[in-house]
Order: sequence, then C-alpha cells, then structure tokens
Amino acid sequence: MFPAQLTYHRAGSVAEAVQLLSDNEGAKLLAGGHSLLPLMKLRLAAPAVLVDIGRIEALKGISASDGGITIGALTTHAEIASSDLVQQNAPVLAEAAALVGDPAVRNRGTIGGSVSHADPASDQPTVLTALGATFNVTGPGGDRSIAAADFATGLLENALNDNEVLTSISVPSVPSGAGSAYVKFSHPASRYAVVGAAAILSVSGGACSSASVAVGGVETKPARASSVEAALAGSDLGDAALDAAAAAVGGDLSGDPMGDVFASAEYRRAMAAVYVRRALGAAASRAG
Amino acid sequence: MTTRIFGSGIRRREDPRLITGRASYTDDIKLPGMLHAAILRSPYAHANIRSVDASGAAGQPGVVAVYTGEDTDGVLNGLPCAWLIPGSDLKTPAHPPVAKDKVRYVGDAVAVVVAESRYQAEDALEHIAVDYEPLDVVINPKAAAQDGAPQIHEDVPNNIAFTWALAGGDTDAAFADAAVTVGDTITLQRLIANPMEPRSALAQWSAATGELTLWNTSQNPHIARFLTCVVTGVPEHKIRVIAPEVGGGFGSKIPYYADEAITAFCSMKLGVPVKWTETRSENYLITTQGRDHIEEVEMAATSDGVITGLRTTVYAGLGGYLSTASPGVPTILHGLMYSGPYNIPNISGTVYGVFNNGCPVDAYRGAGRPEATTLIERLVDLVAAAVGQDPAEVRRKNLIPKFENGHDVATGITYDSGDYESALDSCLSAAGYEALRAEQAQARADGRCVGIGVSSYVEICGLGPSQVAGAVGFQGGLWESAIIRFYPTGKVNVMVGSSPHGQGEETTFAQIVAGEVGVDVDDVEVLHGDTDNTPMGWGTYGSRTTAVSGAAIAVAARKIKEKSRALAAHLLEAAPEDIEYEDGRFFVRGSPDQHKTIQDIALMANVAWNMPEGMEPGLEASAFYDPPNFTYPFGAHVAVVEVDPETGHIDLQRYVAVDDCGVQINPMIVEGQVHGGVVQGVGPALWEGAVYDDDGQLVTGSMLDYALPRADLLPEIEVHSNSTPSPHHPLGVKGIGEAGTIASTPTVYNAVMDALRPLGVTRVDMPLTPEKVWRAINDARNGG
Repeated sequence: MFPAQLTYHRAGSVAEAVQLLSDNEGAKLLAGGHSLLPLMKLRLAAPAVLVDIGRIEALKGISASDGGITIGALTTHAEIASSDLVQQNAPVLAEAAALVGDPAVRNRGTIGGSVSHADPASDQPTVLTALGATFNVTGPGGDRSIAAADFATGLLENALNDNEVLTSISVPSVPSGAGSAYVKFSHPASRYAVVGAAAILSVSGGACSSASVAVGGVETKPARASSVEAALAGSDLGDAALDAAAAAVGGDLSGDPMGDVFASAEYRRAMAAVYVRRALGAAASRAG
Repeated sequence: MTTRIFGSGIRRREDPRLITGRASYTDDIKLPGMLHAAILRSPYAHANIRSVDASGAAGQPGVVAVYTGEDTDGVLNGLPCAWLIPGSDLKTPAHPPVAKDKVRYVGDAVAVVVAESRYQAEDALEHIAVDYEPLDVVINPKAAAQDGAPQIHEDVPNNIAFTWALAGGDTDAAFADAAVTVGDTITLQRLIANPMEPRSALAQWSAATGELTLWNTSQNPHIARFLTCVVTGVPEHKIRVIAPEVGGGFGSKIPYYADEAITAFCSMKLGVPVKWTETRSENYLITTQGRDHIEEVEMAATSDGVITGLRTTVYAGLGGYLSTASPGVPTILHGLMYSGPYNIPNISGTVYGVFNNGCPVDAYRGAGRPEATTLIERLVDLVAAAVGQDPAEVRRKNLIPKFENGHDVATGITYDSGDYESALDSCLSAAGYEALRAEQAQARADGRCVGIGVSSYVEICGLGPSQVAGAVGFQGGLWESAIIRFYPTGKVNVMVGSSPHGQGEETTFAQIVAGEVGVDVDDVEVLHGDTDNTPMGWGTYGSRTTAVSGAAIAVAARKIKEKSRALAAHLLEAAPEDIEYEDGRFFVRGSPDQHKTIQDIALMANVAWNMPEGMEPGLEASAFYDPPNFTYPFGAHVAVVEVDPETGHIDLQRYVAVDDCGVQINPMIVEGQVHGGVVQGVGPALWEGAVYDDDGQLVTGSMLDYALPRADLLPEIEVHSNSTPSPHHPLGVKGIGEAGTIASTPTVYNAVMDALRPLGVTRVDMPLTPEKVWRAINDARNGG
C-alpha cells in the first residue's frame, strides 16, 4: 500500500486552499483522509498535489443558525453523532452518523469529505438529501450554495469546480413534532450502505402533513423519493398507507441501479422498498 | 502448589508484548544497507508472455537492480510440492519463482525491482513493459476438469493434477439396497486466510561465509530452511531461517513461496540485505487460499435413519500451481475423515485435484476436515428430513459408541478415543435443545423463520506418525523435538522445533515443564522459531504443536526428572528407588525434611562437584517424539438463527460449542482457540468468499468486499468441554486449534437450512449472503 509520489501542501485558511487549488491543476483536497487515502494506497488515485485543509479551524464545529444548524465541513462523524445541537434540530443526521463505518472512521472521517467523495453508498448524502440541506462553497469568485440533492452529480462526482472548497453544510431544523429515521442495510465488509433510507414525517390532525424521504446506495447518487412522499401526503401513516407509499419508491429510481457481487441491481431495487418501508415505520412511530 | 499450574487457565505470557505493540515482526527488522524489493505481478489470470522489457525501470530514482525470469531461470530451482500423494497419478508441473513464458493466475510474479526504498521500487514497477498474449481462463474447478477447458499446464490433460480414490466396504451395494438415499452438491468456496500480519521476507547473504539468513513469516522455519536449500542451492547447514514474531498464519504461512526465493536471489546477487513485505492487496492475490471444493455427495440410509453408505465425487481447485502441501489437503486430511463420528460401513470417494486460474490453494484452518464435516453433516440432516426424524436423534443412533483405545473406520484409519454421544448430550443440554425446538415451533406458528443447527464432528490432528507421513507421500517427517536446559540458577530454557505464532504455546509449554518437574512457570522460557538455536522440527499447523511438540517436552522433562532423582539420591546418600518426588522436591521416602529441590539439583548438576559415578554433568535433556497415532478430538455444536425472509438477512442468535480435546493444559487458551475457530468457520457459512470473475480477476480484492466476521455480527459463544484423554499421548492431550472451524461451518449452514425448510428452500450455496437467501426464498415461493 504505497501511494505514488506527490507534493503536499498544508493550507492555513480557506482562501489559501482555494489559491493552492487554482495554482495546481489536478490537486485534491485532503480532510480526514478516509476516502482519498485508501484510493491512493491502491493507486486508484494518484493526485500530484494534495492540499491538506485538516487544520483549518474555521471549517470545524457545529453552530445554531437561522432556522437550523450549520456544520463545518471538517466536523467528524463522531462529533455529529454525539452533538446535542444535531440531536435537537436534525436527530436523523446523528442517527446516521453513528452508523458510519466503525469508530476509527467516525473519529477521523469528516462530513465534508464524505459528501464531497460522492460515494452513493455513504450514509450522510442520503440523509442530507431528505433534510433538504444546503452545501456552502467558497471559490476564487466568492461563495455560493448548492442544494444537497444537486451536489452529487454521479458516481464519485460532485458539483464543485476544481478550485472550490466545501466549507459548511446548512441543515434546516426538522418541523416540531416530526418523526425521523435512517435505516441501513450495512455491507458486512465495508459497512457502507447497500441501501440506506431516510424519512422525516410530520403529523397534523391524524394525517401526514409533510413527508421527506430519500434513498441511497441503490443508484449512482441519492434519490429523493417524491413518489413516496406524494403517496404519504394526507395519509393516516397506518400500516397500509406506509406499505403503499414504500412500494412507490420504484417510481423514484431512474431505472439504472448499481449492482455488484454482493448485491445485484435487482436486489437493491427490491431492498429499497423494504428499507423505505422500515424507515417510514420508524419515523411514523416517532412522530406526533 | 506448582504442579497445579498444569491445567490452570493462567494468562498468556505472550500477550503483553503483542497487545502493546512491542513485539518484533519480520517487517520490523532493519539491517544496515538494507534494500527493498517490489514484485511486478501479472494482471492476467492466464497469458503467454511475449516479452518483458525492464529497461525503463533500471534508471528510475533509487533503483539498484531489476530482475526478470530470464535472470532467475537456471539460478533458482522451481518451487517444489512437498506432498506427493502416491497412487494418484500426480502431475507436478514446473513452478518457476518468476514466470518467464506464461502466467497462470493474477499475481504470478513476472519481475522484481530492488531499490533504496519500497516507494521507489513500487514507482519503478510502472516502467516495466510486459507484452502479454491473454489466454482463456477457467476458475470453476469442475469446469476446469472438462474436455475443452483452457489448458493451464501443457503436460496436465484436463488440468487434473491428481485423481485420488478411496473405498471401504461395498458402497454400490449399500446404495442399491438403501431404503433412503439423499444427495446434494456442496460448494466450499475459496477463502482468504487474512492473518493480521502479511507475509514478509528479509534475506541477508554473506559472500564472505557463504551463509544465507532469512527472516521469514513462517509457521515452520525448519521446513523453510530445507526448501530454501532446494530452491537456492545454498547448502542446508549454511542457511539460517528465523521466524520472529509471526502474526497468525491459519495455514497460509506453511508454504514456501516464490517471494522468499526471489528475496534471497536479490540479496545473493547484490550482496546486501533485501526485504520484501507483501501489501494487503498482494496478500489477497498471492497468499494461498483455502477450500475451493465442489462436492457431489450422496448418503444411503435405512428407513429408520441408520446410515449405510456415503459416496462422493469432489473437484478440488488447486489454483495455477501446486503449493507446498496442497495435494494432501483434499485427500489425506479430507477423504480419510469421511466416516466422521458415525458408523458408516460403506464409503467411497473420488477426489480430482484440478488446476484453475486462481491463487494457489493450500491448507487453511481445518484443512480438509471442514470440507469433510460439512458434507457429512449436511447429508445427515437430509437423511433426518427424509425419514422424518429429529436431526439430533438421527445423529445419536449413528454415532460410534464410546471407546477408549482405538476404533477402526471404513476409510482405513483408527480413531484413538471417543465419547461422541456424551459430547452430543452435553451440547443439547447446554443449548436447551428441547426447549429450543418448542420455541421454534411457536415462532414458526407466528410466521417467523427460526432455525436450529446441530453437528457432531471428529477431526484428525496431532500430525502425526512419520511412517504414515511417508506412506501417504508427505516429503518429510512429522515428529517433533525438544531440548530442556537447566541453568545453575534453576532457570530453564526449552527449545522446540515447532513454531507457535499466536497459539500461546510459550505459556502452555512452560506449564508442561512446570507440571512435570515442579519449577515455577515463570522460570521457564520457551525458545522457538530460529533454526540456529532450536532443534529440528516440522512446524506449527494441523493442531499438532501441543500434541506432538508438547509430548516431546513432556518426555524430555521426564528424563530431567529421572536424572534429578538419581542425583538427589546420591546427594542424600540414599538409594534412587527410595527417593520420592513431589512439587519440585526430591526426598527420602518417609523423611520429607531430607530433600533436594529441583533448583538444588540444577546447581549441583551444573557445577558437577559431586556427581555419582558415571553420571554426566549438566541438567539437560532432549527428546524426539514421533507419535504412534494421530489424535482425534471431537465434539458437538448447536446454532440458532433467525432469517428475515423479507431481506434474506441471517441473525446468528446463539452458538453453543462442546469440544473434547482430551486433557487441557490451559483451559483459557482452549476457550480462546474455540472462540477464534468458531468465528473462522461461521465466516464462510455466512459472509466470506474469494470471488473471481470470468476473466480470473479477484472481485473481492480488499476488505471492502471480502467480508470477515465482525464482533457485532456474532453472539456470545457458549463454550463447554468434555475430556476424553488420548490413550497414546504422554499427557492425554489431543489438539484444539482447528476444532471450532471444523464444526461451525456445517452447524450454521444446517441452522439456516432448518430455518428455510418450511419455505420450501432446499439448497443455497455458501456464503449465505442476504441476496442468495432472498432469491432462494422467492424461487421457492414461485414454485421454483
């Protein structure tokens, strides 16, 4: 496990990181290293330049913001899993963070690195899609925001330009009284999600007043399950309603699911319905 | 009470240095002037080599030398196979350490770069140009044996390296007369051994003395020395092999590999030390894998479930070349165990050893016995289902009754001692079997998919009588030796030829010496792993180290005791027959105050001021122990699973093990071995499997895809034991290293199939991954 030769830079600030990215074509950002370094050790990735942003304090931590919370890109999964602010505003994000990898991965891996890597089997992109989060980005021309659902553009591809840095993620608070859940079919080896389903359900007067559902692991990027959400709207969230809604997830998949030796495309598709159903059941039981 | 140390679960003395990271492994050793080797490996599973152009690598930064098959050809000999099964028409095609004309699996060595750092060597590999002509590939061992399959070695038709047949009784008549016959095809997939420490070799050639020192991750340094001699031509007495700390092997560090030969070659060419350590990716590609069986099996029985016959045809994949011991694993260690713990009067089997375009296959924990036990236990369950009886009861009625000194079975071997029914009873009782069946009935009524698996097993270990080893074609002996040396201060060194690498025998061997001659266990240091300071021995594998090496220690310790008794008699001015021994003290019968401690004796023997007439100075003894028979540990295991029919997930909820390994020297270490063994057998039942695609590429090439068992996927393993001493062993011990692995694969498999039976599922290949189970359930529901 011997990475190819490279030049290493440590950026002291976001501005310096942006400058280093602009000056070095093909440079890659290094945060927690838990996605990039394994690829480099296998020589599946061989960036000539690494820009380490791991010590930029401005990118760390979780804070309350208008209508929700803001999570610095360098915040680790372990910090998210144990954060009171996350627990109060978006408990489903903490639930998912606790299921990422293993303790070593959670202690080193960062939410920004995870979402930027754009592995469709990661947990957080699915949850952030369901939460309707916004990704805050800094580049040479200034700052911009990208909706979570638009951030991953394909398998291991994201919407960042080569010289942009993801700085933070804005997560809106879930509605008061909403129930949420993330359930995961964990790969026994990698612990990535073969299928991951996130659901946030609100109830008003015995009927579903809002539903947000996303499913990951099945296709090359997380899918917002709008057919499922539509089927839930106004329903009583009883077993029959949840069964019918979960079955609708097929309509939210593009028809081009991923498959591998462990789980075929057909199986993943079938499991998407099962895991969405389980997420809906758990979220409904927590709503009210 | 020092003697009580034998049989007590004291902590492993090895652990503090291991768990604090202070142990020194091969890759930790750094010698002055040491260079680093990286090996270019074939990306093709089967290809002719048209040309190798290494010139581009030679000028790269830090590169000292580049060698190809042209350089090693005629200098290094081929890698030998050391288990030549007689009467099997065995073919032993050439296995050059560096491929020159043809590659036969992904990972086959093609060239080596030696550089000042490993990084530089790895970078330079990318500048070697190899022109390959890809050839058709075959992975499935049965497909490889068919007419028209890609021909891997020119002189091995149909890729069949050997055909080994076994016959006892009249199997055809048994099947012709049988009221009930059942059959199945069982796949035991390829497994990757995954020792925590990858393999490594550090070679240091001294041109001045003509001596070669090889630090090597070996389970058997004395065999490694012998084979280094065979491959490099350096005389055996000029080779020193050192296996320092070795971080697990599970069989994969028995073989002699191309890599150590290449490393030695580089050091001999350059006159400086050269180190090579495999990456985890290389370990997955090139370090021998286990199993790879396709087993077509049948069992005959009476309508009451009494087994009358067993018939098998087995295709055993060997990979691209024969590994050191590979022909012996699916034959001697497999077929001879077809009777299991049962009376099966008629047994016949044919095993085809078949080359295929995968990594070479060799011994992996259990080596042949898990493959045998799985087919037997699967068939017993099918018989139980066919006759409508409880699987535990069908086992009970077929078990060989208790015997204490020898029982012959139809495969031609003689078990040493056994009490199989007691083991089964203990296990059923510990599991609460009747209650489990009642709970299962209730669960099924509630629509839940609960299964209970039972298996009984017996295994062969303590390998073994050297005369038998020779008769079955093993190119070596299977005895062990030990030297026990007392120093004037009463401290003791024990030197053994076996080479423990995680099994805790530095502790258990000290316990043997403490138990025999009454020294404090902490006064005994066990030396192993260095051919220069240990006596000859054949190594640590096959659950043989405590059984054979431990016996040598016991015999040597008894020699120490007798010499001590004679010296004590002399010093106490008594007749030797009047000297009694207790707890490290020799005293005149009836006068315990008149005594000499073992430490007194050690001092007096070493200074030799007052020795009896004709007695040599010193207190040292050696023993060469060649066992009169193998040992046959046994037991019974029960597993409980629940299957989620919606997803195919399997939840292993309980695991109960009763093992009988004879006398236990350290019950805590026994329990640890059972834990590890059980987990290593559950893995292939549920998760593990090395998968090659049709092009011979390893799809499960890293721990991201190859699913090793994890603690959170397993229940508490409930470990119990019985003790039926081996009648022929000086200490009554049998061996425990592999028992768990041998029993647990079929136990868990049977539990899952028991859970799925009401759904109409009749077979699913291992590993029982969720999708396979889900498909089997859906197929059964759809009438498939």
